[in-house]
Amino acid sequence: MDTTALVAEAPTSDPMIPRPFRIERVKKELSDTFTMEIVPVDGSAFRFRPGQFNMLYVFGVGEVPISISGDPDDPALLVHTTRVVGSVTAAIGELKAGDVIGIRGPFGSHWPVEEARGSDVVFVAGGIGLAPLRPAIYQVMADREHYGNVVIFYGSRTPEDLLFRRELQRWRGRFDMNAEVTVDRATGHWSGRVGVVTKLIRSGGYDPLHAIAYVCGPEVMMRYAVQALNDRGVTGDRIYLSMERNMKCAVGFCGHCQFGSTFVCRDGPVFRFDAIADLFTVWEL
Amino acid sequence: MRIEGLDRLLKEHPFFEGFDAAAIELLAGCAANERFAAGELIARERSSADKFYFIRHGSVALEIRVPGREPLIVETLHEGEILGWSWIVPPYVWYYDARAVALTRAISLDATCLRDKCDADHSLGYELYRRVVPVMASRLAAARLRLTDMYAPPTNAAGRQR
Repeated sequence: MDTTALVAEAPTSDPMIPRPFRIERVKKELSDTFTMEIVPVDGSAFRFRPGQFNMLYVFGVGEVPISISGDPDDPALLVHTTRVVGSVTAAIGELKAGDVIGIRGPFGSHWPVEEARGSDVVFVAGGIGLAPLRPAIYQVMADREHYGNVVIFYGSRTPEDLLFRRELQRWRGRFDMNAEVTVDRATGHWSGRVGVVTKLIRSGGYDPLHAIAYVCGPEVMMRYAVQALNDRGVTGDRIYLSMERNMKCAVGFCGHCQFGSTFVCRDGPVFRFDAIADLFTVWEL
Repeated sequence: MRIEGLDRLLKEHPFFEGFDAAAIELLAGCAANERFAAGELIARERSSADKFYFIRHGSVALEIRVPGREPLIVETLHEGEILGWSWIVPPYVWYYDARAVALTRAISLDATCLRDKCDADHSLGYELYRRVVPVMASRLAAARLRLTDMYAPPTNAAGRQR
């Protein structure tokens, strides 16, 4: 499998030593999800590529991998959107502006948005999967004239679970992109779509023969999203997705995130689908 | 009585793409032009499924109403989609409420008229079934996918959050 094109340069400093970052702002996104804006204590810039992740270390509690959700063109501000699912993410959620957190990274492969120049771009996100895709959306929109149609298909559990709601509304309001949103279930107050995100993929808005798709969300969603894209004619070599596994060291040493012959932390998290298609439905992985 | 122009509107609907033109003209004899204001009820659960709709514009919510609770929207249907397959399945009653979410325009086919034509012309019936069944399959698959509650917080095999 050739993933070299996706793999970014390793951090220049010791990748196992966290750098202190100060929290500038914490914004509650959903009942269990928040976005944190942080800056390096030493004032240096932090550069990353869309789709990469950091290890966030709450001193004395533990470390978790979290994708970067901010703008790659803003190296002064590092942004992470986190869902509370365990003790470490809960501890991160307790932090406030002025607190210090440890950061290792950036790690992993990236969304190769530069490859999509001249093509239509399809972003398919589910739930909190919109967060790792947002840097790629920023990058494409910053370079808009070099891309064909740009569409975002986003699905969430309920209207109350829509992440980055105001930004989605802004994207929907633009003339040069299309953002479609659907939820799995809703009550009478919701006037948007109800149904699975794969239905949006089938609705079109892009040329399947000249489109690159970036998919991020729960694995079961990605599995059916890939099927829907394939059914429309988007082949596996033009589909990228971000895998999630139990990443610990983030540099391919510990083996916790082994996925077949690859390590998600080092060779992923972003993979071209045809490179992992055989692994995708192996239960044991 | 054949209503001028409805066959053209039927031909424009994606459901009839590639459909025999003469058969569409035959079906147009069962057709009516429909318009529903936002919020208007199109069909009521357990009422007679006497129409088969082809949405031309707007959107429709399929809802389940339970006393004391807000209506639960189970699916929305949009331009280019069909509304209703209960007209095929005995006892020919709606399983959900159908409500226009926005101003909705559709062509309806009278279910009795349609079933009569299918009984009289099995090729026509087969062609209609051949087009309705994939829609039913796709909606069943979507419903099953939603049963996974895929956006719920991840848990391991022991049910613990990761």
